[in-house]
Amino acid sequence: MRHTISVLVENKFGVLARIAGLFSARGYNIASLAVSETLDPSISYMTIVVEAKDESVLEQIKKQLNKLIDVVSVTDFTKKEHVDRELVLVKVSCIMKNKSKLQKILNKYVGKIVQFKKDTAIIEAVGDQAQIRDLLQELNKFGVKELIRTGRIALAC
Amino acid sequence: MKMTGAQIIIECLKREGVEVIFGYPGGQVLPLFDKIYDSDIKFILPRHEQAAAHAADGYARATGKVGVCIATSGPGATNLTTGIATAYMDSIPLVAITGQVKTFLIGNDAFQEADVTGITRPITKHNYLVKDVKELTRIIREAFYIASTGRPGPVLIDIPSDVQQAETEFIWIDQVKIRTYNPTYFGHPGQIKKAAKLISQAKRPIIYAGGGVIISGANHELKELAEKIQAPLTWTLMGIGSFPATHKLALGMLGMHGTAYANHSIMEADLIIAIGARFDDRVTGRLDAFAPHAKIIHIDIDPSSISKNVSVDVPIVGDCKNILGQLLEEIKKSPNTSDWLKTVESFKKKYPLVYKNDDKIKPQYVIEELYDLTKGEAIITTEVGQNQMWAAQWYKYAHPRTFISSGGLGTMGFGFPAAMGAKVAYPEKQVFDIAGDGSIQMNIQELATCVCNKINVKVLILNNGYLGMVRQWQELFYKKRYSHTCITGPDFVKLAASYGALGILVTEKDQVRPALKKAIETDNVVFVDFRVEPEENVFPMVPAGKAINEIIGGLA
Repeated sequence: MRHTISVLVENKFGVLARIAGLFSARGYNIASLAVSETLDPSISYMTIVVEAKDESVLEQIKKQLNKLIDVVSVTDFTKKEHVDRELVLVKVSCIMKNKSKLQKILNKYVGKIVQFKKDTAIIEAVGDQAQIRDLLQELNKFGVKELIRTGRIALAC
Repeated sequence: MKMTGAQIIIECLKREGVEVIFGYPGGQVLPLFDKIYDSDIKFILPRHEQAAAHAADGYARATGKVGVCIATSGPGATNLTTGIATAYMDSIPLVAITGQVKTFLIGNDAFQEADVTGITRPITKHNYLVKDVKELTRIIREAFYIASTGRPGPVLIDIPSDVQQAETEFIWIDQVKIRTYNPTYFGHPGQIKKAAKLISQAKRPIIYAGGGVIISGANHELKELAEKIQAPLTWTLMGIGSFPATHKLALGMLGMHGTAYANHSIMEADLIIAIGARFDDRVTGRLDAFAPHAKIIHIDIDPSSISKNVSVDVPIVGDCKNILGQLLEEIKKSPNTSDWLKTVESFKKKYPLVYKNDDKIKPQYVIEELYDLTKGEAIITTEVGQNQMWAAQWYKYAHPRTFISSGGLGTMGFGFPAAMGAKVAYPEKQVFDIAGDGSIQMNIQELATCVCNKINVKVLILNNGYLGMVRQWQELFYKKRYSHTCITGPDFVKLAASYGALGILVTEKDQVRPALKKAIETDNVVFVDFRVEPEENVFPMVPAGKAINEIIGGLA
């Protein structure tokens, strides 16, 4: 099962390598990882989506993360009210006459066409896991040429 | 006062109370060694950087203080890594200082450059690359603090040579504070209450003590607890010395080569009080069959050790010594364990720890004789393999920090340099390395260091001509196909003599005791080459993947 956790870390060089190294050394899987500075520039915020086959593995991941000297805190969103979002950029095949059809789909989501050239549209969309999944399904009928996602970011309520 | 980076390092080490440094010079630590030349801190030059790390580790295990080792960049640093990993697995406080190429050359594949912080990240508790001399004092302070507090461990500081040469104002930091690092030292009162209640209600409690007891100095509290609640007590390899082996509640070591009665007892227990131990696979055997009737109280300073391998009923995070103190106060009613102790006693009678003591030189016999001559007052280090298990089984340790062995990593070549470190810490004590003829050849160059510095370590080589433990597994599980486990060595007597040490050859059983006596009395480094029974096995034994009461061997 996938779990979203956030990790506040010291904003120092090598910290990302420590986190990544911990996951690989202990055989945990990272599904996605997003890192950025926070309001306090000495601290970075990582949102990590991890695969954990059961509760005890997730527990171990949290404990091992907490053990790292550079980790300030670890928050597990599994049972916590939170908002999570992901940004995707999708390149789809679309000829001019289908543009309005595409636009109609995007209207149902937080999405827009950011570039349109000949027979290709680049779409930007933001949403939670389910919204992104549904959107991508709908876009499939246009033919997805390329897709890039930022990975999930999450904030506790 | 303005100082160079190198001067700051020396000043900080002095202020941290460092008595001895084990180190090896090289290009990128030249500025530092120039200041070491003027310093009055004792300095030991081993003959290999790996031995520097093991010696610092042995010193730390013997004293409880932080061990310090130094090496140059690149190969110097990579040679330290086995020693650092050994210390990491056994939670030993170590500060390793390595030279690094100049800051502007980092990443350039410069001569003797290696990404040492990258290499050591998974085998250190923390590590630093110092890029600015202004950060040096803080980093050294933090390194010692991190290494020695919480669950101890090695910390590495990588210092480019231009940082060693750069000048800055030296400002000492009185109090180390790291906002992200605050170990828990006292047990949660609610958990203590729960644990005390479980203990009072237990019918068949057993105490399972690990290395954490020794690290936290909780041996007195441990004894008090065992006696108060009249619970039998077993220990891990790392827990040896936490409880007097001759005590009537002592069951010896448990697990793969533990006593059969310790294993049977823990399998029958209804309550396990695990103290500073981590339910390692060598202890539990097949996990789903481990101690099926028992509730578990687990005391450990590292939350990640708790419920990692077995699920625990009452976890208590904190320092063992504090928590045992809290528990002793909280336990009002001790359980009645007289029937249980009778059962345990019957296990002891039924499954004794034995070997066939015939007219050959049995390795177990050598260790029994050593115990008889030293009465548990010596410091014993071991290499890894059969020698280590026999040293764990047959010497009756009376005090903490007298058994020094690579438990977690299982590093061959550890014992000799570790003995060197222990002997430097306690020159007045007898220090023996119980070795095999395989392991001793992995760091045998330290003969030179010992002779040159008059570190009079006594090395007892249980020479069977094999890499014995692997040969034992091949005998038992690979149809006696001895693939590359038959090993030759030098003439140890001549080798010792060539370094200026004393070598003694023992080929007959009646020479064992006189040879040990001679080793003890000799004011020099001694190698004793005991030609032991070649195919003697370590028993009892729980084969890998079996439940710990599925024991082979051990009965006369």
